Amino acid sequence: MSNADNQGRKGAETTGHVWDGDLQEYNNPVPMWWTWAFYGTIIFALVYWLLYPAWPVGKGFTTGTFNDITFVNKKGEEVTTHWNTRALFLKDQQTGEQAVKQREYLDKISQSSYQEIMQDPDKMAFVNSMAKVLFADNCGPCHGKGANGVVGLYPNLRDDDWLWGGTIEEVERTIKHGRNGYMPSFAGVFPKEKLESVAAYVLSLSGIVGEDKAKIEEGKHIFQGEEGGCYYCHTDKGTGLKSQGAANLADKVWTIANVPAAATYEEKLAAVEKVIVEGVNREMPAWQGRLPEEQLKLLTVYIHQLGGGK
Amino acid sequence: MDDQSAPARVPIYPRSVKGSFRRFKNIILIIAYVVYYGLPWLPWTRSVGPDRAVLFDIVGRKFYFFDLVVQPQQIFWLAGLLMIAALLLFFVTGVAGRVFCGYFCFQTLWSDLFFKIEHWVQGERPARIRLARQAWNAEKVRKIGLTWLLWFLVAFWTAITFTLYWGDAGDLIARFFSGSAPSAMYITVVVLTFTTFTMAGLAREQVCTHMCPYSRFQAAMFDKDTKLVAYDQKRGEGIKGRAKMRKGQKTADERHAAGVGDCIDCGYCVQVCPTGIDIRDGLQISCIHCGLCIDACNNIMDSLDWPRGLIRYSSETEDEGGKVRILSLKSIGYAISIIVVTAVLVWSISHKAELETALTQTRQPLYVVLSDGSILNSYEIKLANQTTEEHAYSISMRGLDNATLDTGGFDTVILKPLKTLRLMVKVKQADAGAPKNKVEDFEFIVLDQDSGKEATVIPARFYAP
Repeated sequence: MSNADNQGRKGAETTGHVWDGDLQEYNNPVPMWWTWAFYGTIIFALVYWLLYPAWPVGKGFTTGTFNDITFVNKKGEEVTTHWNTRALFLKDQQTGEQAVKQREYLDKISQSSYQEIMQDPDKMAFVNSMAKVLFADNCGPCHGKGANGVVGLYPNLRDDDWLWGGTIEEVERTIKHGRNGYMPSFAGVFPKEKLESVAAYVLSLSGIVGEDKAKIEEGKHIFQGEEGGCYYCHTDKGTGLKSQGAANLADKVWTIANVPAAATYEEKLAAVEKVIVEGVNREMPAWQGRLPEEQLKLLTVYIHQLGGGK
Repeated sequence: MDDQSAPARVPIYPRSVKGSFRRFKNIILIIAYVVYYGLPWLPWTRSVGPDRAVLFDIVGRKFYFFDLVVQPQQIFWLAGLLMIAALLLFFVTGVAGRVFCGYFCFQTLWSDLFFKIEHWVQGERPARIRLARQAWNAEKVRKIGLTWLLWFLVAFWTAITFTLYWGDAGDLIARFFSGSAPSAMYITVVVLTFTTFTMAGLAREQVCTHMCPYSRFQAAMFDKDTKLVAYDQKRGEGIKGRAKMRKGQKTADERHAAGVGDCIDCGYCVQVCPTGIDIRDGLQISCIHCGLCIDACNNIMDSLDWPRGLIRYSSETEDEGGKVRILSLKSIGYAISIIVVTAVLVWSISHKAELETALTQTRQPLYVVLSDGSILNSYEIKLANQTTEEHAYSISMRGLDNATLDTGGFDTVILKPLKTLRLMVKVKQADAGAPKNKVEDFEFIVLDQDSGKEATVIPARFYAP
């Protein structure tokens, strides 16, 4: 049994309730500042309800007042809405301090010619920082974040081998209107020996020469003649045609057949044969209309200088 | 309210006092306030940047301090400064006690100013006690109200001044009162006004005794040789203890004959104490070593024509008749540390690089094989002109065979004062035909065009398949 006295707290205030004759309860109120802080939270809540979206009412909610947000929506209309973080974010993207700064640079970019941009280190620094992010977001899914592509699927944009041309105008055209890379399948066109000959000739173009010289000679004949007709797109010397997107077979860059990864001559042959048999069908989508003009311009300059330009 | 809670605070109404310590404190007070309130307004001319002597530009990430411009990458200077401050605190505390608390701490400075305002409006200690005890009437409302108003104004200006260090003072003030200042400024001003008012006006010594960690650990740095504000127990108490002036115990000779000490128990030393303690009880945690009790006691001793120093700076060693060793191993250690850190800091600031560079190699992909079989590596070079003059820099490379550098046409770049530029550069190595190392080391060289000197050499690596 406990009571006020045997705990040595003589004269301590109790609630005045007594149970079982001697069971009492101390009156230990919380400190006053605590009580006031509690009242403070109530006042805070009331003010908050007035200012911000708070209570659900039917299918809607109380929207709060005094802090409407005005921003421009996708259609270019000015919209005023009750306070919400989404609108706050949109507004910040349009009129925020950083957005205004970025706008300044973007305006400079859209008013400058490609030449002017490429000759100004300050503008190029902006291109490199902003287009890097744009590239990673929009182009990266195929070409890779670092633009190194995937052999056989997506071209590497960092080398100097431009399938569709590497001048700034050609790069712009590729990005804006897209490209459709096509090589017909030669499956069943030649017997196996002739296929091998063509492949041997193609490899020899970039200096990978096999021992069977006669085979290369035969391949050359097929390549440059009507039997294969390869020269239509790849030209007599195998240097490719930019207007067709036909690859230059005479350089060291391989975009479809992964020749550098093949260890032996036979494997290299097989890699080339595979492309001849299966053909190529690649598509680069058109980006005009999907991204704002100024962003396309940034990407054009960025990609152009990645591969050293032409 | 509750019998277990801490004893209620006894309000303290320090009496004013005159003396050398008070004068010393007043001088520090004036210097500190002139510097604190005036510094954000001090104009300064520099070739680039704001025309204020001290400005911490958070947005521009530059800290202007007279002719020194500190950039974020030099933030370790702050570490040096803090080390010097800490070591100085340890050193001084070891030699002469809580000098920081008593004379330099902003809690001490601001409550001192608030005491002065209180004294100016409400009068001397007895008048203030009377006012506090009397029922609320027009006089009390007027006096307390005026005190609080003045306190509020000081607190408000203190808070405003703090924010002025982070932007142009005149511009910020104008924006503050026209409602167009950043919200951070308003929030800071509200918070600092509130804390200054409560800490210096209401909490006062409770900050030192209950909130401040320094008061706890500074006592740990005392030793027997540390000079502390102390009461001369032997002289003050005599054989029979202290005694008030009464008949037959008025002159020194009479008192010595009667065996009572020199302390006449006037209580002046207690009344002037800003933390409300009795120094005669010995060393205690609440004592901030402000020296005001020394002034008080010296005044009394002077009026009695007795020698000063009943309360004085003294150490345990001195009291025991020994000789104080200021140059103890501890204080020498601290002093050496301070000198070393200061030297390093000064060296670092005076040898600040004129050009800061950073190199990032493109890692995805590390290398690219080009159409002629040569290999390409790409790098981003960051050049940051640390000077306040325009400089032209040219970039070249050395140490890599058969290699060419492509800067995208920016072999020479002009960097405006304090500007940073990021350049994408490519290094191309021709296909030598023979197998080669997968990794080769080489160097980028940044040449200062004006002096023709190599401003910086940046080590780099070249990767091949």
